[in-house]
Amino acid sequence: MAVLLLAEVNNGELALDATAKAVTAAKALGDVTVLAAGASAAAAGEAAAKIDGVAKVLVAEDASLGHRLAEPTAALIVSLAGDFDHIVAPATTDAKNVMPRVAALLDVMVISDATEVVDADTFVRPIYAGNAMQTVKSNDAKKVITFRTSTFDAAGEGGSAAVESIGAADNPGLSEWVEDKVAESDRPELTSAGVVVSGGRGVGSEEDFALIEKLADKLGAAVGASRAAVDSGYAPNDLQVGQTGKVVAPELYIAVGISGAIQHLAGMKDSKIIVAINKDEEAPIFQVADFGLVADLFDAVPALTDAV
Amino acid sequence: MKVLVPVKRVIDYNVKVRVKADGSGVDLANVKMSMNPFDEIAVEEAIRLKEAGKADEIVVVSIGVKQAQETLRTALAMGADRAILVNAADDVHQDIEPLAVAKILAKVVEEEQPGIVLAGKQAIDNDMNATGQMLSALLGWSQGTFASELDIDGDNAVVTREVDGGLQTIKVSMPAIITVDLRLNEPRYASLPNIMKAKKKPLDEKTAADYGVDVTPRLEIVKTSEPAERAAGIIVGSVDELVSKLKEAGAV
Repeated sequence: MAVLLLAEVNNGELALDATAKAVTAAKALGDVTVLAAGASAAAAGEAAAKIDGVAKVLVAEDASLGHRLAEPTAALIVSLAGDFDHIVAPATTDAKNVMPRVAALLDVMVISDATEVVDADTFVRPIYAGNAMQTVKSNDAKKVITFRTSTFDAAGEGGSAAVESIGAADNPGLSEWVEDKVAESDRPELTSAGVVVSGGRGVGSEEDFALIEKLADKLGAAVGASRAAVDSGYAPNDLQVGQTGKVVAPELYIAVGISGAIQHLAGMKDSKIIVAINKDEEAPIFQVADFGLVADLFDAVPALTDAV
Repeated sequence: MKVLVPVKRVIDYNVKVRVKADGSGVDLANVKMSMNPFDEIAVEEAIRLKEAGKADEIVVVSIGVKQAQETLRTALAMGADRAILVNAADDVHQDIEPLAVAKILAKVVEEEQPGIVLAGKQAIDNDMNATGQMLSALLGWSQGTFASELDIDGDNAVVTREVDGGLQTIKVSMPAIITVDLRLNEPRYASLPNIMKAKKKPLDEKTAADYGVDVTPRLEIVKTSEPAERAAGIIVGSVDELVSKLKEAGAV
């Protein structure tokens, strides 16, 4: 069986963590060919060739592929699809933009956010924001799948796959890039950070969110937020952890002033160790926490920041 | 310009879902159902386009069981002009897959000729995040997914998209499929007079067969199970105790 894996490439650079995690999932299905596509993608292709388990790398460089626009990227993948039984990608927003389009062009269903490979046709995926897990068996000739990266370990380095240059497909010319507004931060990226400190409505204001940031910086952690904190304007939406935001599974997740709504739990309950700090001892977050501290966060968080 | 908005009937987002004991799915009998929250945002955006003079008619369509009529009436009460119900399932537990939904929508688009389709970015039941992208592929239209801002200007639409790590702005040619994210707007509540008025608005009933679309699932559901439960943790008495526990666990 042959697998085509769409690498996550941002501005010519490989997002190694997301791509290597998808490689782990894809290896179970067959020989993995990685596609690195972008306005510049050669360096990303070279980096992908070093991931353990990658058999081959295809590099497609073309201006039309530069900003991960769905239409030209999907057209390229469809042009390559004939050689592959599985077409997969890490479940990033880019891949979720592109892969359903690919699936429809191939007249197959897409399998989004798979968390487990049962066999070549059968996959487990969360539904209802992770409140249920569904095992689905695909009856389609080709499988188009995105893998939820937080549930797979990253494949190591040590591969030396052959790299081949290929051309882009015709650009349908339906959309053009205008600009990217990347959140500027020295902190680690939320979805791949080893430690995440998140604040909720209990933090109370945008100013006091600095408490969360200070603790995060002390721990070298990424900063997250609950939907309630985002809706209240304490934190920007791209920090949102939950069903409607990012799904994270760090080694350590510290939830501060977060009650633990179902929609938030869906985004963090696979974290290895969960710490909850909340003054309401009835808060549902304590039901998933390994270590709970019933305390006023305005006392506990500065004390914790000093102590670690 | 006509706006087409597909809406889905799903378990209300405040209801805790229960997996059926036999593992055949999630219990949907006698459970409060509502419009998918992302679809409400799409309906709201369509109404705002109409209020701004950029759209003149809003058609809402739902594909599924006959009870989806209620969902359509909600959209009509919010401000949509007319509705199309496509009966595609008899059992409330049968979910019509995004590919089949997209195929039916493509036929509806052929008939209705909208200038734009506004859809929710995903349904909160199957969480597939696919219908808009698939419809766009089938029609050969441009797509602007996960929109948090939308500005339509003649032949183009400028869409700001919620992506990993920030925002991306793209310009898409019209007609386009736009899938909407949470921050695009806050949907209005339907007023009582509008709920009454909505009962008189036109609602056409069709079937999947009318559109010649086979809705047989491509994904066979082998089983549905509860997610793994986390083992119960402990309550610590102080910050110092918390720090020592974390050190013991090798977490800091």
